[in-house]
Amino acid sequence: MTSERRLMQGNEACAEGALKAGLQFFAGYPITPSTEIAEILAKKLPKLGGKFIQMEDEIASMAAVIGASLTGAKSLTATSGPGFSLKQENLGFAIMTEVPCVIVNVQRLGPSTGGPTLTAQGDVLQARWGTHGEHAIIALCPASVEETYYLTIMAFNYAERFRTPVILLLDETIGHLRESVQLDKYDKMKIFSRPRPWETPDKYLPYAAEDDEPPPMAVFGEGYRYHVTGLVHDETGFPCTGNHAAIDRLLRRLTNKILAHEDEITLYKETMTEDAEHLLIAFGASARSAASAVKIARREGIRAGLLQVQTLWPFPEKLIRQKTLGKRSVLVPEMNLGQYAREIKKVVSDKTMVVTLSQIDGRLFHPNKILAYFKGEEKHAEVL
Amino acid sequence: MPKSFNVNKYLRMDKMPHIWCPGCGNGMVMSAFLRAVDSLQLDPNRVVVVSGIGCSSRISGYLDFNTLHTTHGRPLAFATGIKLAEPTLEVVVITGDGDATAIGGNHFLHSCRRNINITLIVINNYIYGMTGGQYSPLTHKGDFATTAPYGNVEPELDMCKVAESAGATYVARGVTYKPVSMEDMIIKALENKGFSLVEILSQCPVYYGRMNKKGDAVEMLKWQKENTVTMKAAAQMAPSALKGKIITGVLSSRYRPEYTEEYENVIQQAQESAQ
Repeated sequence: MTSERRLMQGNEACAEGALKAGLQFFAGYPITPSTEIAEILAKKLPKLGGKFIQMEDEIASMAAVIGASLTGAKSLTATSGPGFSLKQENLGFAIMTEVPCVIVNVQRLGPSTGGPTLTAQGDVLQARWGTHGEHAIIALCPASVEETYYLTIMAFNYAERFRTPVILLLDETIGHLRESVQLDKYDKMKIFSRPRPWETPDKYLPYAAEDDEPPPMAVFGEGYRYHVTGLVHDETGFPCTGNHAAIDRLLRRLTNKILAHEDEITLYKETMTEDAEHLLIAFGASARSAASAVKIARREGIRAGLLQVQTLWPFPEKLIRQKTLGKRSVLVPEMNLGQYAREIKKVVSDKTMVVTLSQIDGRLFHPNKILAYFKGEEKHAEVL
Repeated sequence: MPKSFNVNKYLRMDKMPHIWCPGCGNGMVMSAFLRAVDSLQLDPNRVVVVSGIGCSSRISGYLDFNTLHTTHGRPLAFATGIKLAEPTLEVVVITGDGDATAIGGNHFLHSCRRNINITLIVINNYIYGMTGGQYSPLTHKGDFATTAPYGNVEPELDMCKVAESAGATYVARGVTYKPVSMEDMIIKALENKGFSLVEILSQCPVYYGRMNKKGDAVEMLKWQKENTVTMKAAAQMAPSALKGKIITGVLSSRYRPEYTEEYENVIQQAQESAQ
């Protein structure tokens, strides 16, 4: 059965990937263009003994997912721009309390109601900084239906491994794209589950960990009787508002436990990057446009190559530095006005020119824009 | 109330003293809740107490159960996730009037509607205490608050009526000056297989009391006594005598299918159709 090729939508691959990763709980709210994920899981989860609930709003969905995860259930919610905005406060709660969960944002054109059925990549920086306060985040971004399946599993693995919410950033194009996929090659993928405490309950310190690691996590109901709060807390889990050393330790650890593992979290693909004079760096649907532009450019004698980043956050700094070294130019095609290009500019050598190529009309990034740039004819190109 | 009852065994004594002001009613409600837990002999390992943000929501930190201090207004939504994911846990939400009915109003409504087996205890002190005395949806019209310096222009919400019409299956209103009846209501709420609301009228002498010239905590308890009427007594009273009185007691108790049990049926149905 699994060795068959199947025609599948990105959103469906996301739901299937979540189930493969061991999903037990989904809470969501209907919103275009992510609704299929909820619809599929409403049908499939109870068959597997899992739970599905359509909550009264996006905020409640995020809250329910965190609550379920505290009972040990691998938990997911899926949304799009307006819903992603609403989830931000509780997303920060999950960061602060180190509760593993996955949030899918199938990006649509914003701001506001924007274009529910129009594609965009405008939430790249919102995924990074949407919730208030200093923090780190993991965000993955697939460029095909098959990658959606794979990265959904990885999103759960990272969530469990690092005890953190992980954001899966799809865009409308990938969410609704149908492709033929073969998923059995992922059958042997390692599925990670959060480490449980090994101490007895009387010795358990729920937030005691090395400076760059998450602590083991006890499940509600198993005898550990610990306290979970969004307030700053020390190793015991209780508020420590007056203990500035403990606050400092907590906030630095929440960030370091992710940043110190950049290598482990950095996922990417590359084509013809080695001899490339012009390196395209792209993600999501616009990486497909970039791939086709690279092919055409090569035929025309332009030495272009593509680095497709699948991990947007933590920012894959080492990878970008290494791959851009000695390049004449770095071109970043995005369906926004250069959100990721500006991050790239921060780490690329001054000898390499960084160019943002943008399209924000609600249509998929067109490969011709990249080719036009090579001819000096693209008006939405800006040297940073 | 068994004689041997020792409240300390359910408390995280190393977290004392608590943060509440002298005369506050939160401790009285906490104590009634713990007596209820004790008389039902609930296993502390299987009890989850979820709270929101505000003075009363600090209760979760003092109780030696599984405790979750959530974001403002959202404890019922977190609790719903816990209860649905693990229905064998005893899930209790303890929060205040602002958290439950203003910012958390939507979750309150839908928790009642689902009739999910959660006990909601709302400590109603008619004011936002943690932020220094602003009016809430339960502040009575004409009362004073820092954000109602000319008297509250908004009419108050009767959250018990809302709970009943939205589908909660046990609805009671208690007062801090009657600790035994408060405890009894909480016991009944915990026993009810469905969504239960126990609204407790409480006293905040520091903000609400001071701004509304209600006197100290003792005076405020006397006010409760003079201005509340039990359901039983109310049945014998003329409508004119009931004017301005707040009705207390068990306001509604009935059967409706419980949400997590209904969802178990969905699982069974889905699995049968898969075979």
